[in-house]
Amino acid sequence: MSLIRYQTPDTSVWRSLDRWANLRDEINSFFESPSWTSPVSQAQLFNGWAPAVDIYQTNDDVVAVVELPGMRKEDIELSLHDGILTIGGERKEEGAEGDKTARTERFVGRFRRSISLPTRVDSNNVKAAYKDGILTVTLPKAEEVKPKQIQVNVS
Amino acid sequence: METLVRENRRQKGTNGQGATERFVAPVATVSENTDGYTLQVEMPGVNKEGLEMWVENNELTILGRRSLPTVAGTIVHRESRQENFRRTFELDPSIDAGKISATIEQGLVTLVLPKAEQVKPRKITVS
Repeated sequence: MSLIRYQTPDTSVWRSLDRWANLRDEINSFFESPSWTSPVSQAQLFNGWAPAVDIYQTNDDVVAVVELPGMRKEDIELSLHDGILTIGGERKEEGAEGDKTARTERFVGRFRRSISLPTRVDSNNVKAAYKDGILTVTLPKAEEVKPKQIQVNVS
Repeated sequence: METLVRENRRQKGTNGQGATERFVAPVATVSENTDGYTLQVEMPGVNKEGLEMWVENNELTILGRRSLPTVAGTIVHRESRQENFRRTFELDPSIDAGKISATIEQGLVTLVLPKAEQVKPRKITVS
């Protein structure tokens, strides 16, 4: 029997994986996007929108905090598959016909962002809350990855 | 003049407070119709209490202080900026500064700036 020393997970590897996920998303959305014609969306095609994501870890949970200003709750799509949390949705063009847009910096259209979670999570008990334009997703860690105390028995 | 709002990038100290505080410029969209202009500014983490706007010398300044959710535990990946938001726009002379109204919903500030003849300095309250 061998004992393996506990090591903090290497988040730098995980970050680079995340970068690949972004690239994949961008390529996918490039082919999915039907709006080649409008110059505005064409410009955004290459910039895209990757909402800022912060990830926290507690003993029991992984928490993702995502900046999604000005969305409707119904337009936010959240899914979890194979340890990858995907946040997507659509922000629709607002305003009446005939409005001239003098300056457009806000992203309009579909977006998607995938995040590889640092540990396995219990997908049945994920909670999400949306307040002040910030989405907070709480993902409880799977039982087997939670830190546990081990009782030492003296024989 | 075509545009409502020309951005004013000169960042001067506001109301003599926190001259050294750093801000980030929020993302904004401006649209125009016959009645006036609509200005939308993205300020995630800002609510009504943290929002402050004023018009001074024909310049509109929007300042948003974030009240971010506090998460216990350690951060393992960060992309968000911690600074508060501030951005200043120069108002088109056609705008009636006294009639500007604002709402904030899910971190998105929407300002309606109706067109009029005269331009007066005035503090804006959040409805």
